[in-house]
Amino acid sequence: MPFDSSLLFQVTFWADLLRLIIPATGETLYMVAASTVFAYLLGLPLGIILVVTSPGHIMPNPWVERTLGTLVNILRSAPFIILLVALIPFTKSVVGTSIGTTAAIVPLVISAAPFVARVVESSLKEVPYGVIEAALSMGASPKQIIQKVLLPEAKASLILGVAITTISVIGYTAMAGTVGGGGLGDLAIQYGYSRFRTDIMIVTVVILVVIVQIIQSLGTALARKLTH
Amino acid sequence: MIQINQLVKKYSSRQGTIIAIDNVSLNILQGAIYGIIGLSGAGKSTLVRCLNLLEKPTSGQVVVAGQDLTKLSNRELRQARQNIGMIFQHFYLLQSRTVAENIAFPLEIAGVPKKEISIRVKELLHLVGLEDKSSAYPAQLSGGQKQRVGIARALATKPQVLLCDEATSALDPQTTLSILNLLRDINQKLGLTIVMITHEMKVVKEICTDVAVIHEARIVENGPVESVFIKPQSDIARQFISTVFPNELPADLLKELSTHRDSEIVRIQFLGSRASDPIITDLLRTCDVRANILYGSIDHLRSTLFGTLTLELLGNPAQLKEAHRYLASRELKVEVIQHAL
Repeated sequence: MPFDSSLLFQVTFWADLLRLIIPATGETLYMVAASTVFAYLLGLPLGIILVVTSPGHIMPNPWVERTLGTLVNILRSAPFIILLVALIPFTKSVVGTSIGTTAAIVPLVISAAPFVARVVESSLKEVPYGVIEAALSMGASPKQIIQKVLLPEAKASLILGVAITTISVIGYTAMAGTVGGGGLGDLAIQYGYSRFRTDIMIVTVVILVVIVQIIQSLGTALARKLTH
Repeated sequence: MIQINQLVKKYSSRQGTIIAIDNVSLNILQGAIYGIIGLSGAGKSTLVRCLNLLEKPTSGQVVVAGQDLTKLSNRELRQARQNIGMIFQHFYLLQSRTVAENIAFPLEIAGVPKKEISIRVKELLHLVGLEDKSSAYPAQLSGGQKQRVGIARALATKPQVLLCDEATSALDPQTTLSILNLLRDINQKLGLTIVMITHEMKVVKEICTDVAVIHEARIVENGPVESVFIKPQSDIARQFISTVFPNELPADLLKELSTHRDSEIVRIQFLGSRASDPIITDLLRTCDVRANILYGSIDHLRSTLFGTLTLELLGNPAQLKEAHRYLASRELKVEVIQHAL
């Protein structure tokens, strides 16, 4: 029986696919989802505070605005790979370990949260101030304005912001391999680049492209549905 | 209903201090439709925004329904604002809410129970004639419909005062009239006190009971609309009035008329029942003068008639004098535009 090398290739390809790519995809999705959720838990309030404390807004407070703004800028200017390493002691104290997928989430959150704050800030600033004044003229409190005016009126823009954030977090997860976080990006480096497995490289890229497409389309569709 | 006492509003910037409101005092009675007219930049918008403290006065008092707003805590001020509705030139409706939800908004803020809200929203939709649009979104409405929603929303908490900041300036003339009629109906039905900021004398002419003219941060004159229209004290008021009652004669006509001997040009203004009197016939029968009608108009100031007649009177000085005496006896306001040679 002649030896069919192409068959062997196909078998190794599918075996590798199952063995490597499926868990890596799972790791990526886990890191992206968890980081985005936690980044919003921190970044959304931060973005709201940046807006309402800005001059001429409902709770102007130059000191708070400037301090938070500076903090956000500092964190955003630190390259992610540096942050990843620099945060190792902090990560250890938060999740108990500094390596692995869960450990990668901590620096991802710290890096994405200030980004989220700015994205949220720009969405909320799209709400015309006249609408806020109309609410003020009805006797709305700052809390009511945030809950009933700012957030609902900026909903579509905020959703688009979530899509933008999620997609940038996907990019950052590629570096998670540095701390043993795994994921598709790490796989592409380890196998696709270091071991010349172009096939794996291509598959990871295709999967990433598909994930990005799905997230962006979902975001756009949802935002359109929320725009009246 | 509203007393403004020595109100001052200054803005400080690096370029220096700008005085937006300079020592303004006004007394606005309950049930009035009070027009505040001025050119852009005169300070009228700042003034109306001081009436619910959207703009914090630098000094002075703003007393609404017996409460000095400048003395209230934030919480008390929010409470007081529920008694002062406001509508805007650009409507400022919530785009993410339907018409009904927009009208419900101030009620939610006031903590009114859901069941009562839906009853009240139905009443208000009926009041402004938008029953069929209750589940439409603002983006689907015309400008006039948006302002109707704005009015319904402003009236939701049953305020005693309604502030209108250029409420009809973004609307076409016909829509403007329908919104003004709605405001007048509401004023009569609910006894609501309305303060209207505008740069259009047409608005004042149409519905205001009183008017204040604001110019360069000061009130230059104020009073009942009829007396301001008949006897304007300031140039700026005269300019505003001429936008709705143009009575300038063409310059070349005036020039030609000035060559006539024993002729003078007078402008007669009359109000109310005087407008329906046969003035010219009576004048010509009583006095031995001839008259040439140069310009005439009759319109209404709110619901009273307001007329202007520009005549060339021909006669010798004694005859002209007699004509003046006659016109004065009929309580007509006469202004000589060009004296006899």
